[in-house]
Amino acid sequence: MIVEDHKIYPYLRHKKKFPGVWCAGCGIGIVLAAIVRAVNDLGLAKDDVAMISGIGCSGRMSVYVDFNTMHTTHGRALAFATGLKMARPDMHVLVVMGDGDALAIGGNHFIHAARRNIDLTAIVINNSIYGMTGGQYSPTTPMGDLASTAPYGTIERPFSICALAIAAGAAYVARSTVYHAWELGRLIRQGMEKKGFAVVEAISYCHTTYGRRNQKGTAVDMMRELKEKGITQAAAAKLSREDLEGKIVRGVLADRAYPEYTAEYDKIIARARAEAGERVPA
Amino acid sequence: MSRRLVQGNTACVEGALWAGCRFFAGYPITPASEISERLSYELPRVGGKFIQMEDEIASLAAVIGASVGGLKAMTATSGPGFSLMQENLGYAAMAEIPCVIVDVQRGGPSTGLPTSPSQGDVMQARWGTHGDHPIIALCPSSVAEVYDLTVEAFNYSEKYRTPVILLMDEIVAHMREPMDVDGRPQIEVVDRSKTDVPPEWYFPYDETRSVPPLVSFGEGFRYHITGLMHDRAGFPTERQDEIDPWWKRVFAKINDSMDQICLYKKDDGLEDARTAVIAYGCTARSAAHAVKMARARRHKAGLLTLQTIWPFHDALIGELVSSARRVIVPELNLGQLALEVERVLGRSRVRRVNRVDGELITPRQILDAMEGG
Repeated sequence: MIVEDHKIYPYLRHKKKFPGVWCAGCGIGIVLAAIVRAVNDLGLAKDDVAMISGIGCSGRMSVYVDFNTMHTTHGRALAFATGLKMARPDMHVLVVMGDGDALAIGGNHFIHAARRNIDLTAIVINNSIYGMTGGQYSPTTPMGDLASTAPYGTIERPFSICALAIAAGAAYVARSTVYHAWELGRLIRQGMEKKGFAVVEAISYCHTTYGRRNQKGTAVDMMRELKEKGITQAAAAKLSREDLEGKIVRGVLADRAYPEYTAEYDKIIARARAEAGERVPA
Repeated sequence: MSRRLVQGNTACVEGALWAGCRFFAGYPITPASEISERLSYELPRVGGKFIQMEDEIASLAAVIGASVGGLKAMTATSGPGFSLMQENLGYAAMAEIPCVIVDVQRGGPSTGLPTSPSQGDVMQARWGTHGDHPIIALCPSSVAEVYDLTVEAFNYSEKYRTPVILLMDEIVAHMREPMDVDGRPQIEVVDRSKTDVPPEWYFPYDETRSVPPLVSFGEGFRYHITGLMHDRAGFPTERQDEIDPWWKRVFAKINDSMDQICLYKKDDGLEDARTAVIAYGCTARSAAHAVKMARARRHKAGLLTLQTIWPFHDALIGELVSSARRVIVPELNLGQLALEVERVLGRSRVRRVNRVDGELITPRQILDAMEGG
């Protein structure tokens, strides 16, 4: 329950919007709070922040926050955000997606936003399943797990969201879980500070459509699993390959200095305008 | 500048720049690529932005995002890309975001006949995205008209807060005609209306306004945009008393302005024509010649060229061809706009002339239909 003196309170839309659509015990609200803490820590005005979301449980997040918000089409949030960012390069544009949203239907937009290195902060909430539609297997469902469309277990290998983002050229890539909520907020803040395409994978769970089918217990049990599996990179470095299996490596996985797209485009404008001799007013 | 030979696609670029287009996102496709190529050069010269996206779905998404950010924005494609754009075209209709989508038609379906002319996307322009929605589609038949209708496409999109489709065809896009770009009558440019209320009173989907003002993101009005059915503030709703007013308003904003939106040209013979031709796009050029040939043979013939094909103005079109016993509808498809003409005039008065083999309809084919039994 949000109380009025809580620091995230002024960032929420209260009238008629709560309680939210998410199941009791869901981790998405923790990601929402982590995002708001990041914005608050950076001291940004709400007017200067946009949240663009896709479709699915995560897509509904944009309704609840008092920013410039846009709930777009399935998988396309990054493409909408690209246009907005080009029109308003001064705006902090947060893009909230789910795993199916960002990596299946939106996979192409994901790798190309990373390749372009456009200054967006992409937060991918990975719950390993299509939750809103009832528990169909997603690109991050672990092999062998059950889903409503994998009654015999899925035979597809899952994507590593972060490995994909690093390979595609994102400037900043980090991972945490909804159990490690404070760390998650810090990583999102760093992502927002980074000039370039930043990906923060927030590992969550779906106790309703995935946990129940795969005997993972309650939301609390699944949260405990994140606590146990989530290890730092330093701890991971000490583990053998076999011991690393099934672990969640947290922290900043890539932080690189690449030319940022809107800054590069501004250079093109400067060059083209000089060539045109300021012939036409903007 | 004096008259020079201008390509249709170039005229589209010139019209877009005149109208104030400052953002373009697109994906390469023939026969529309010249629009992308030229805007990638021209836009930064006027402080605008160009981006080549990973596909046509992303292109229209970026266009909508930029429009929400306050820039006049457009994309250009051909049939296969237009198919991919239908998803976000529906989003623009639902969220009422101004944008211009140029579809330079080529033979379809699928990869079809690249890149022979076609008018096969007429019904796709109307009904391509799922769900009922109003739409505006304009159809030029000359290079100069490409310029004018591109400006009008932007004007309509801004004025009515709607996606507007500029439905060109390969002939009009690749044809070169003499044109004096700078000397053209300067078409008035319309910008989206601004609100005069403070943020707490602002409703982006105010049901009491025909076209509520659209405030750009970042101007201090923090509101919500969604592809879900929404209330006056933009938030998702399932309440019938909020859904009904939305439907009524978005259809009324177009339907109540049909007289302003529906552009056409009529020739001198149409008034008392016994045989009328209703044509659009490149086919109107063959039709003009056919009508001339018919008059030389002392037929009372007239031509109505539709520049706005959607919305289809039933009453106006019925009135314009009221004297004609026979109405010919030539199209580079198997009869798409003819369905509308037949609906308005009755099938017995209408003769279709169709061609889908990648070649133009000749004046002779239309003349034969005018004279045939």
